[in-house]
Amino acid sequence: MTRVDESLGPSGAAGGSRAWRATLLTLGIFAAVAPAFLLESFQLFQLTMAVIMALAVLGLNIVTGYNGQISLGHGAFFAVGAYVTAILMSHFDWSFWATLPVAALVCAAVGYGVGFPALRLGGLYLALTTFSLAVAVPQILKHKALEDWTGGVQGLFLVKPDPPFGLAVTPDQWMYLSVVAVAALCFWGTWNLVHSRIGRALMAIRDNPTAAQAMGMDISALKTKTFAASAMVTGIAGALSAVAIEFVAPDSFTFGVSITLFVGMVVGGVASILGSLFGGLFVLFVPNIAEAISKAAPGVIYGVILILFLFLLPGGFAGLLRQIAARLTRRRP
Amino acid sequence: MLLEARGLKAGYGQTQVLHGLDFDVAEGGVTALLGANGAGKTTTLRAICGMCRVEGAVSFRGQALPGRATEDIVRLGIAHVPDGRGTFMELSVEENFRLGAYIRRDREVAADFDRLCGWFPRLKQRWKQQAGTLSGGEQQMLAIARALLLRPKLLLLDEPSFGLAPLIVQEIFDIMRRVRDESGVGILLVEQNANLALELADLAYLLETGRIVAHGRAAEIRQDEAIRRSYLGY
Amino acid sequence: MNGLAHQIVAGIATGGIYAAVALAIVMIYQATHHVNFAQGEMATLSTFIAWSMINAGMPYWVAFFATVVVSFAIGVAIERLLMRPVQNAPELTHVGVFIGLLLIIGNATGWIFGYTTKSFPSPFHSDKPLAGGLISAHELGSTAVTLAVLLLVWAFFRFTRLGLAMRAAAYNPRSARLVGIRVGWMLALGWGLAAAIGAVAGMMVAPIVFLDPTMMLGILLYAFAGALLGGIDNPMGAVIGGFVVGVLENLAGAYVVGTELKLTVALAIIIGVLVVRPSGLFGRVVYSRV
Repeated sequence: MTRVDESLGPSGAAGGSRAWRATLLTLGIFAAVAPAFLLESFQLFQLTMAVIMALAVLGLNIVTGYNGQISLGHGAFFAVGAYVTAILMSHFDWSFWATLPVAALVCAAVGYGVGFPALRLGGLYLALTTFSLAVAVPQILKHKALEDWTGGVQGLFLVKPDPPFGLAVTPDQWMYLSVVAVAALCFWGTWNLVHSRIGRALMAIRDNPTAAQAMGMDISALKTKTFAASAMVTGIAGALSAVAIEFVAPDSFTFGVSITLFVGMVVGGVASILGSLFGGLFVLFVPNIAEAISKAAPGVIYGVILILFLFLLPGGFAGLLRQIAARLTRRRP
Repeated sequence: MLLEARGLKAGYGQTQVLHGLDFDVAEGGVTALLGANGAGKTTTLRAICGMCRVEGAVSFRGQALPGRATEDIVRLGIAHVPDGRGTFMELSVEENFRLGAYIRRDREVAADFDRLCGWFPRLKQRWKQQAGTLSGGEQQMLAIARALLLRPKLLLLDEPSFGLAPLIVQEIFDIMRRVRDESGVGILLVEQNANLALELADLAYLLETGRIVAHGRAAEIRQDEAIRRSYLGY
Repeated sequence: MNGLAHQIVAGIATGGIYAAVALAIVMIYQATHHVNFAQGEMATLSTFIAWSMINAGMPYWVAFFATVVVSFAIGVAIERLLMRPVQNAPELTHVGVFIGLLLIIGNATGWIFGYTTKSFPSPFHSDKPLAGGLISAHELGSTAVTLAVLLLVWAFFRFTRLGLAMRAAAYNPRSARLVGIRVGWMLALGWGLAAAIGAVAGMMVAPIVFLDPTMMLGILLYAFAGALLGGIDNPMGAVIGGFVVGVLENLAGAYVVGTELKLTVALAIIIGVLVVRPSGLFGRVVYSRV
């Protein structure tokens, strides 16, 4: 699988002019905001979910892509984030924005907690344990002892926040813009993390843990914190999803979510920020396309695509783009 | 000629270790491959068995070897006692024996078991024991026994004296003398202990950083002080 | 104490199934150092194949053995076609391929056979209650079958030439090649055998939990717990672990946490083992040399 040296940045050699960057940024903001006013309500909802999934995949990428700790249970953090928001909004009448930091912190704490036993486990065992966690989550959520809080099998209903006074946008549009804003913040934060010294340390741990340790890195501390950060990002995505869908229930968080995130990460591009974005778009829209191809077996096509990518395009979409970009830049005189 | 190598090149991944070797092993003869650490001796044996990247010509009884899978090369009649002995540690001595004779379909396997147990009585004592519990010398004997059970035409030995006490090493080299005398097997012997190797061998090749820098009859190489001082260290 | 005795006996019966699946997992792990996350789905598919044969009128035991053979073939095919191309790839790729396999097989099963729960017949019937109602006919029969399978597998590996070759290939592929063993095919056979064992487990558990595409997912979890408890590189340990987990799960479900949280018990065992003694009760402790 291609190990990405993201320290070169997506614009590597062309990095150059500030004007170029400013233009890109403006275009980016425009491209991100425009759909709110161009798309119909349902399509906008889908795009909103795609961005949320991209954020969740980004979270997974932090711990698996960049730090090499294989998690097949990130759906659990997604669920925790969703339920924290749902419970605070539903039982305590909190506003959505107030719940976000709480969901983030709770997930970070849970991630940190998971990170400790994870230290003892190498790739395979960690995958096994997180897989088991993912399978067990719905059962835990349905348990009678938690029913008063979680609403049991029936789940909890939520309402999308209204746009703040004066803004002439629908709740759906406001939801989309809020999600994009939060996601952009998290993406930006992650980009900074990856390109910093800490980011390089994470990747060093992934690629050669023994050498990293020999160079004096406190691997345990870094790995647990990475789990925390990763859980936090995916948890935030979960919180956003709870409000976007306006409903949480245990059966929304089967281990299928964890698998979906994993597939998104691989197909989008492991250890790639841009890849996470692709991954989110992929996991949201492709199942629909798959269903169009074969009404009966979208899951099969999903699995086939995953395996094809692993065999043929291990770097995912992002890797493909990188290859194309490399070919193009090589041709410049 | 039992084994002929012409222009043998070999390496691992991007690294090139052998840069074109020419050497022979005669039927029933013992050829020694000598040299310092890192000269490429182990790589040579691995190249013959298809365990690394190989270019050039290697033929065994007229059959070309490069490109074949290791297990197919073995089935042609080449037994390789690798560096580290290659014993099946988790299995018993008996099971190691049975595996040595794995590809044989003839009826003389039981007789060979007896014969080898006669040569290595200590192995017979430890018949049901896990091979990992044997001493280094016993494991080496087990490895050689396993290789001989193949009834090979060519025996490749990678540093049989490695890590063993001198007395055990003598035992092992005596066994190899027996093998050469009694079974007519051709032997390609890689050794750092040049003295012992040259006592046993007919021909010798000296390897240095992937090239053959000297070769000739073992007896002559032993007498040649210049070669001994420069390449063999004694 | 009738309740306790029955719980233990029932636990042994389900434990036999976990032990069989655990063995399948350990076999593949020993040979390849990878865990087949799709083992459960493969077993479910096999059970559905049996179900359709029985539905078409085939006598139970004919369908049983036919399914075992078909499952063996499927296992071999998966190894040759999917696992071989990525054998030297990084761990993440392997996990990914297993997940892909899980998706394909799991969804294909639902697609071909439908998602409605089906009942699966048990070949074991008794007119009179056995042992004073302590054990049902199916529990007894299923335990006997799984024990027989485990015994056969053990004998195969211990006494046959091929079994020895497969063990050798798993322990030391390099040396195995040097005695002429075709290691690639040994892996394929291992996969076939694991698939066949899984099929038996599926057919034994289906009458109890009813047949639907997600049938084996929970069972896979228990099997993991059993395999880890016994030591993931130790077949005998895995089998013992499976039985222990079966009994523990039943007792915990009946007396401690209630049936809804049984999966959490498996999770707790997994985490407990990995944190306290990762090599399990009987596994080898591996120290990595730097």
